[in-house]
Amino acid sequence: MAIDWLLGTVTGVRDETPTVRSFTLGLPAWTGHRPGQHIDLRLTAEDGYSVERSYSIASEPERGGEVDITVERIEGGEVSPFLHEVVVPGDRLEVRGPIGGYFVWEAGLGGPLLLVAGGSGVVPLMAMARHRARAGTGVVARMLFSSRGPDEVIYAEELDQLAAAGDGFDVVHTLTRRQPAGWNGYARRIDEQMLAEVLEPLGAGTRAYACGPTALVETVANGLVRLGLPPDRIRTERFGPTGT
Amino acid sequence: MGERFVTRGFVGRREPDSGAGGLADERRRRTPPGQYLTDDFPVLSAGPTPRTPLDRWSLTIDGLVSKPITWSWEEFLALPARDWVVDISCVTKWTHLDMRWRGVSVDTLLESIDLDAKAAFAIASCDGGYTTNLPLADVLNNQAFVAYEYDGAPLAPEHGGPARLVVPARYFWKSAKWIRGIRIGDRDEPGFWESLGYNNRGDQWLEERYSGD
Repeated sequence: MAIDWLLGTVTGVRDETPTVRSFTLGLPAWTGHRPGQHIDLRLTAEDGYSVERSYSIASEPERGGEVDITVERIEGGEVSPFLHEVVVPGDRLEVRGPIGGYFVWEAGLGGPLLLVAGGSGVVPLMAMARHRARAGTGVVARMLFSSRGPDEVIYAEELDQLAAAGDGFDVVHTLTRRQPAGWNGYARRIDEQMLAEVLEPLGAGTRAYACGPTALVETVANGLVRLGLPPDRIRTERFGPTGT
Repeated sequence: MGERFVTRGFVGRREPDSGAGGLADERRRRTPPGQYLTDDFPVLSAGPTPRTPLDRWSLTIDGLVSKPITWSWEEFLALPARDWVVDISCVTKWTHLDMRWRGVSVDTLLESIDLDAKAAFAIASCDGGYTTNLPLADVLNNQAFVAYEYDGAPLAPEHGGPARLVVPARYFWKSAKWIRGIRIGDRDEPGFWESLGYNNRGDQWLEERYSGD
């Protein structure tokens, strides 16, 4: 059973931060996905030259017939500057998916759930958080989200809304380089002490998902093992510096 | 899709043909379809990095062989090794040319044992529970090696150290990190990613990324 290329139509473009933009792709033939999976995107020039990249799906599967991807603009990249500068609603893009069957969480897996994100690594975790809210199961979940500064927090407003819903989800931010006046949250890179504090209310039965740069994911996965989580309850996805 | 789709406004960033067989042509010729070149060594793994102390590390070959064989770390390092310079392609789209490794050919590992006449497949098993499957035809004749050095230094844990399988002619998930065993069998059994939607064979030149490709 091959995963066929589909033609998606861009139906929405939204700025998340000065360098991060979300695109909604209308896909009438979409067969559905699980939160955490990704798509492949293919761009083809007139002369047949083409490139492919993988992007995590940001949207929850409950939204049928379309997916959101969220793309960080990488200076000097071949694909992300094109998506940011050229693509507008009405454009069509070739995609195929869903892809990946391990870094996924569905409400049926239960919790408690710990989502640890670094920068644009939040994207597949956002699909899980959105799915969790829509599924309405009340699984207790926390997100620990590391961003460089307050203007670089992807999905900031929506995360606040999810946390305000009072259904068992909360989000803990750490701002590693720049903090707003009066900030009393974490202001350093994620470390084992921070993980211990965030994990504490969730307990040893937690399922953890970490996504971000390699150094962050290594710190988180190794730290959670030392804090007593079984390795098979820690799933990781990494964004290297080459994901342009 | 029949006729080739063209993405509006996309030109790409490729280097023009020099027509003279220059370096850019050479690099492009060695880049499989859908891949881009990088000089980085990205880390991808599904869970925490296992850390087995070397005094508790061993490598075992068993299954359809005349006699199972196990090497300790010291015994493994004493096996004849060589340098390998190979191009590596990851299914996540990066290709890194001329990666320099040191390691032991799978042929060397199999030298001291006889394979059963029915032996046709190998499945590598690893610390952390990872597995990947390969036909023997894809690993024999110096097509695969167990590496313990990368670029002149001991292989880092996040890159699969102390030792990983390297199979340059297949997507990099077949190059199992943290390898501890190779089981020889007569049947093909899908490994970890092969059971989760990735292609059973994974030939990057045929772009066999996912199940059904």
